[in-house]
Amino acid sequence: MLEIRNLHVELEEGAKPILKGLDLSVGAGQVHAIMGPNGSGKSTLSYVLAGREGYAVTEGSAHLGDIDLLALEPEERAAAGLFLAFQYPVEIPGVGNMVFLRTALNAQRKARGEPEVSAADFLKLVRQKAQALRIDAEMLKRPVNVGFSGGEKKRNEILQMAVLEPRMCILDETDSGLDVDAMRLVSEGVNALRDQGRAFLVITHYQRLLDHIAPDVVHIMADGRIIKTGGPELALEVERNGYADLLAEAQ
Amino acid sequence: MTLARPNLRAQATEARLQALTLPEGGAWARAARMAALTRLQGLGLPVRRDEYWRFTDPATLTAPAPAPAQPLADDEAPAFAGIDALRLVFVDGRFDAAASDPLALSGVTIERLPDAAARDIHWAQGLYGVLEAEGQHPVARPLAALNTAFATDGVVIHVTGPVARPVHIVQRHEDPSSDALLHHLVKLDPGARLTLLESGPAAARLNSVMEVEVADGAALHHVRTQGRDHQRRTATHVFARLGQGSDFRSFTLTFNGVLTRNEMVVSLTGSDAVAHVAGAAVGDGDFHHDDTVFITHGAEGCESRQVFKKVLRGGATGVFQGKILVKAGAQKTDGYQLSQALLLDESSQFLAKPELEIYADDVKCSHGSTAGAIDETALFYLRSRGVPAREAMDLLTLAFLREALEEIADAALAEDLSARLEGWLARRR
Repeated sequence: MLEIRNLHVELEEGAKPILKGLDLSVGAGQVHAIMGPNGSGKSTLSYVLAGREGYAVTEGSAHLGDIDLLALEPEERAAAGLFLAFQYPVEIPGVGNMVFLRTALNAQRKARGEPEVSAADFLKLVRQKAQALRIDAEMLKRPVNVGFSGGEKKRNEILQMAVLEPRMCILDETDSGLDVDAMRLVSEGVNALRDQGRAFLVITHYQRLLDHIAPDVVHIMADGRIIKTGGPELALEVERNGYADLLAEAQ
Repeated sequence: MTLARPNLRAQATEARLQALTLPEGGAWARAARMAALTRLQGLGLPVRRDEYWRFTDPATLTAPAPAPAQPLADDEAPAFAGIDALRLVFVDGRFDAAASDPLALSGVTIERLPDAAARDIHWAQGLYGVLEAEGQHPVARPLAALNTAFATDGVVIHVTGPVARPVHIVQRHEDPSSDALLHHLVKLDPGARLTLLESGPAAARLNSVMEVEVADGAALHHVRTQGRDHQRRTATHVFARLGQGSDFRSFTLTFNGVLTRNEMVVSLTGSDAVAHVAGAAVGDGDFHHDDTVFITHGAEGCESRQVFKKVLRGGATGVFQGKILVKAGAQKTDGYQLSQALLLDESSQFLAKPELEIYADDVKCSHGSTAGAIDETALFYLRSRGVPAREAMDLLTLAFLREALEEIADAALAEDLSARLEGWLARRR
């Protein structure tokens, strides 16, 4: 599903290298987790895949299926089925949550040559998805993420994911700032979306999210590369011993 | 010692006056026009080096003849099409009786200016040119004096009781060289209420003055949109005098136009009066839009609010000159002023001159003025969800203007303008 080969990325400002030859392959139906110390390039990876400005890809490739992601605009990547759940969801005063979500859904459908969803059908769809995430109607009426608590913002990300139905979901520290109940709700939301046609890349600092969203594969990232790949037990090892041993081993 | 320069102001004034003739009228109207002509000759027409015109070149507004302006061939429904209103239609600055509704509406008397002016005695005598003359101090507004002297048409509205529906002044532009001078009077008796709509570009060049008297406890809601013709040039003045406990709200939507100067001169003369003036303007390229506002607090406990937003692209210029003057004795004044520009590229500019002048000690006045670019983080967030860049820009543009549109006190009118704006933005993508 997602194939990243020898990806080198630097910050456009100052030409500072961040990703230094990253390889990653996520198959359909799989959940991969990426863990790693601060500054290892985890968030950069998610932004580069989503198409954020400010990064220069100097080498390597990233494909979603047979689509060359790096050649596309952010909105084209979204229409191709890529979704990034932001670590810090953005507040947009003046743009209503429902207008935003409906515009996004219909823009994606239009880009794929599918008919637009009517206002009534859309309302029904969102209500149903929102209910599962305990997002109330009032929240949907408000401007995007404005005045939302940390937990509400993250639930709103998952709601967007549920409505847009992407095939490749990247979750960037979706667990940060969540209390136990919110973490459970968010995880349930993610698990409900797991199926054979969809893959997840879960970026996290903590093992506890992976208790809820069980990964098939765990990668350890350091200094812009994947330094170790293993099963769920690798996350437990990090939780127990930290990164020091793994980093030393990779040297 | 400098050598005397040729007097550009005197030359411009002389040239403009030669192209005009005083309209016929009854005794009161002739007197008011002559007085205005004297005012104008004393002031002279504005020139670029005047402090009040530092950011906006008045040359094309004061020239003897207007620059030609092609009317926009338009296929969209006219503004406020869904609002049930009494329509008064002006084409290139001339009243079109056939296209207008009959001038009959309970609670209000409506006359054409030339008809009121032809009479020997008319209540309009107490208003025509009166607020304009008062509004010449402390800042001169010569284009308004010129208008009082030479205005050829307009409506004279007297609101005496409850009015069933809004009055809509429709201003069509058909002749590429039309030069319109419109002067409207609106008088609200104590406790009366009216919603007054204005729409359309009016002419290749428009000089419009509206004098508004809002008596004690009366309320006027004024909402206008200035038409999408790009080549038009427009100078408008609204002079409003507010009585005790009265309420005046005015909102203007401008989209396109090489030159627009909207002056709003509001005098709060009775205690506890409320004045809210707001505007949203969107334009590209040689678009130049100037909001000039002067609000005088002359009584206790009044509230004034200014909210002006502009979206500028491709070298467009936005100007805001806004002043709150709080006179001695106008205690418990609540004054607020906000002017903001969204610059969609680096070639556009916003020139702002916010001013507060306060002679009372128990007042609350605040002002803020900002010019900023589009929020790149928000733009990326929208695009990452599949919204194409142009559409995302429009969403953020509308969001930016929302605060000004929310100043429209009537939901149906706000919705009409909001939807219109959305459509216009989509057209120019």
